[in-house]
Amino acid sequence: MTLHGSRLRALSIATAVTLTAGFALAFFYAKLDADQGFVQKIFYLHVPMAIVALCGFMFGGVMAIQHLRTRDPRYDLRSYVAIHLSLILALGTLVTGAIWARAAWGHWWVWNEPTLVSFLIIFLLYATYQPLRFSIEDRERQSRYASVFAITAGAFVPLNFLAVRLAQAYTHPRVLSTSGGNLPGDMRLAFLVCLAGMALLYVTLWKYEMASKHTSMQLRALKRKLAGDDVPLAPGRSAAPSLHA
Amino acid sequence: MLLASDTLPSHTGYVAAAYLVFVALLLIYVVIMAFKLARFERDATELVELADRRPGAVEATPPPPAGEREQVAAR
Repeated sequence: MTLHGSRLRALSIATAVTLTAGFALAFFYAKLDADQGFVQKIFYLHVPMAIVALCGFMFGGVMAIQHLRTRDPRYDLRSYVAIHLSLILALGTLVTGAIWARAAWGHWWVWNEPTLVSFLIIFLLYATYQPLRFSIEDRERQSRYASVFAITAGAFVPLNFLAVRLAQAYTHPRVLSTSGGNLPGDMRLAFLVCLAGMALLYVTLWKYEMASKHTSMQLRALKRKLAGDDVPLAPGRSAAPSLHA
Repeated sequence: MLLASDTLPSHTGYVAAAYLVFVALLLIYVVIMAFKLARFERDATELVELADRRPGAVEATPPPPAGEREQVAAR
C-alpha cells in the first residue's frame, strides 16, 4: 500500500463527489419534511454517520476474529484503525443527534429513549478500547486482549440494534424497517447517496490511516537498519498496534 | 426590511450547526494527518543524514521539493 497510490486518489475523488452530490440532493432535491420542515435535513448526515459507525465497529470485530485465528498483527492493526474511525463517527452521531433533538423535541437528550441510550452505551463501551490497549504494556498480550474486546463489543452491536427494534419507541423514529421505511422516493435517493458517500469516506480515511501507520513503521525499521539496535523497532508504551514485536 | 427569519427556513441555525460539527471533525482529522506527515518528513531527513554518515556512503542528494518533482515527472 502506498500513500500516493492511484487507487487511493481515485477513492478520495469518488468520496468527495458522492458526499457532495448526496448533500446537494438532500438540500436541493429532497422535499421538505411535512412534519419537521427544514430541520429534518440533519437526517441525511446523522443517520448515515450512525449506520457507518456501527458497521465499522462490526468490521473491527471481524478483523479481530481474523487476528485471533491467524495471529497476524496486520489484522490487529486493521481492527484498531476501524474502531478508531468508528469512534470519531459515533461522536459525530451523538453531537448531531443532540442538535437535532434540541430542534425537534426541545431537549438535547431524552433518557427514556432506547435508541439514544443504547447508542451512548455502545459509544462509551468503545471509548474504553484505547485505554484498555494502553494499560497493557506487553504488545502480544495487548493485541490479544484488544481482539477479544473487539469481538465481544462487535457482537454486542447487532444484538443491541435488535433489542432497540423490539423495544417501544417513545420519541426517536424508526428509520429502517423490513418494509423499506416510509421515505418518499426523492428523500430515499438523497439518503442512499449520502449513505454511500459516508461509507466511502470511512473506507478512504481507513486506507489513509493504514497507509500512515505502515509508513511510520517502515521509517522506524529503516532508521533501525541505519542507526543500529539503539533505535527500538516499536515506539514506547502505546495504544497503537505495531507490526514488529 | 426583510428579517433573516422571514427569508430563511426555521431552525436553519441547528441544521448549520450539525453540518459544521461534521466539517469540524473532518478538519481536525486533516490537521492531525498533516502533523503526522510533517513528522514523516523529519524522519526521512534524519534517515538521509544517517545514510550520509555511514562509512563508504556516497553523499545522498536531498530530493527536490514536491513542486519540482511533479514538473520533472510531467516531462
